[in-house]
Amino acid sequence: MKTASKLTLSLACAAALVAGAAAQTIRINGAGATFPYPIYSKWFSEYNKLHSNVEINYQSIGSGGGIQQVTKQTVFFGATDGPMTPEQLQTAPGKIMHFPAVLGAVVPVYSIPNVRNELHFSGQVLADIFLGKITKWNHPAIGKLNAGVTLPASDITVVHRADGSGTTYIWVDYLAKVSPEWKSRVGVANSVNWPTGVGGRGNEQVAGLVTQTPGSIGYVELIYALQNKIAYGSVQNAAGEFVKASVEAVTAAAAEAVKQMPADFRVSITNAPGKGVYPISSFTWILLYENAKDKAQAKTMVDFMKWALTDGQKYCADLGYAPLPEAVVKLEMAALAKIKIS
Amino acid sequence: MLVAIVCGIGVVLANQSMLSVQKFGLNFWRTEIWDPVAGEFGALPFIWGTLYSSVLALLIATPIALGIAVFISELCPATLRQPLVFITELLAAIPSIVYGLWGVFVLVPAVRAVETSLPDAMRQLPLFSGPPLGLGMLSAALILAIMVIPFISSISREVLKSVPAAQREGAYALGATRFEAIRAALFYARTGIIGAVMLGFGRALGETMAVTMVIGNNPKVSMSLFAPQYTMAAVIANEFAEAAGELYLSALVEIGLVLFIITLIINSLSRLLIWSMARSETAAQEPPVAAEAGA
Repeated sequence: MKTASKLTLSLACAAALVAGAAAQTIRINGAGATFPYPIYSKWFSEYNKLHSNVEINYQSIGSGGGIQQVTKQTVFFGATDGPMTPEQLQTAPGKIMHFPAVLGAVVPVYSIPNVRNELHFSGQVLADIFLGKITKWNHPAIGKLNAGVTLPASDITVVHRADGSGTTYIWVDYLAKVSPEWKSRVGVANSVNWPTGVGGRGNEQVAGLVTQTPGSIGYVELIYALQNKIAYGSVQNAAGEFVKASVEAVTAAAAEAVKQMPADFRVSITNAPGKGVYPISSFTWILLYENAKDKAQAKTMVDFMKWALTDGQKYCADLGYAPLPEAVVKLEMAALAKIKIS
Repeated sequence: MLVAIVCGIGVVLANQSMLSVQKFGLNFWRTEIWDPVAGEFGALPFIWGTLYSSVLALLIATPIALGIAVFISELCPATLRQPLVFITELLAAIPSIVYGLWGVFVLVPAVRAVETSLPDAMRQLPLFSGPPLGLGMLSAALILAIMVIPFISSISREVLKSVPAAQREGAYALGATRFEAIRAALFYARTGIIGAVMLGFGRALGETMAVTMVIGNNPKVSMSLFAPQYTMAAVIANEFAEAAGELYLSALVEIGLVLFIITLIINSLSRLLIWSMARSETAAQEPPVAAEAGA
């Protein structure tokens, strides 16, 4: 009897100790877009170095998955490349706020045998290629933009995403703005009814398919084109210039948007006006409940977001993301104050 | 308990797909459009792609698998038997995603080279029309065939082993050559072999990762071997995680339900055939014993 009661007492003490230690560590789960996964995981590990009791775990299951899971409250925060629609916001059990975290760009990648030059594309030409109206590389519309480049008379193989994705959302959002036919025929969503082409799973497979299929064109996030050293073209922006995606050009797109930034930050910055702007840029958002149940986690996330929007931005350029403009960060800090942390 | 789990799966699938079943009804099986933006869903391209790729895979795999089975059980020297069995069954152990990766890096470029070198006269046929991408029905069928061969061959081998010696000896006694005796054995074992083929068919129907990486993921119905197409398992794997909206999810689950039903039917039929083959062979062995007892 004595040994038994001693045993239970020591077990209880051990449990209390463990529980006590666990109470110190705050674990937060998030899920969502694959596109910002590299920068988010860098941020979470750097933040953990500064605050060793904060462990943020992120699963990159896709933007739609992030929206679903944060609505169901299986994760504390979500992440998405495409803002939530009014219907999706309606179905959430509480008010969800969007916070832009970084900027990204989607680039047209291509692989044409014997063509080493950088190609210029206009929005209309890209839309027509993806609509299946331009089927050969030596079509006059492409030739007009690329004087001096001999393009072969071979078929264009369009490569798009087979899985739903925020990258697709950014791409089709741009196409819908530059091509009324795309807007009415196909529309804008994470997953669309592609008029033509083959589908790859993930940015990785699209990059792989484009590299291996001669005469193909696809779209990937800028970082994948850079890392896989695939040729990507410049795109004509609203001001008529041909701009190749770069950190500066993407930040410039966001700077233009600040002038008309809505209070909830749900704005599309594709085809933004202005000089030096890369037209296929987008914010990527973190989704947080305004009034979450777990106030400790809410406070931790707010502190993390304040760090990410200021100190965290210096990690962006190395990984191929564009940092947010100052003006946007200021607006976000004000919005973060609205989150209930007690 | 396993029966309960299978029934449970069926019930959950039917439950979750109710929304889509009620909205589209039988048109779901006939419509070719798959448009998440407009909310129009039709499963015809996926059903077509799944059946076409599986049937094609079987047409390629069955002769090869039967050849392997016959060789291992009848013709090859005893020392080679075990290693060959081991190697064939190793094919079954390779994970699907590894097949997919091999397909993307090795098979698809090879198929593209073959497709490009096809003479123009043949390109006019609907079976070979379309740009030679490499990705498409042909690559998918080839990869499925490779995945299905070990299943068909190992079951056929077992079935051939169970052909009673009396059959073969009878054939030789009637003056058959070696190959004629093998043919007689194959004929005797035909129900079991058909069962093995149907089991392979069931496997091919459900194969996901390897197929989605080489088939091109384009939901269009097409006769052409070169055309990129789509299968039921592939569309679920690709779109389910991101699908937002009740109707979209429900449509995907309905495709899962269709796949579940078809695979269940094919597998049950194959089991039934193999079982009836085993039964009829034990029944055939009884009369000689009874005759001896009687005499």
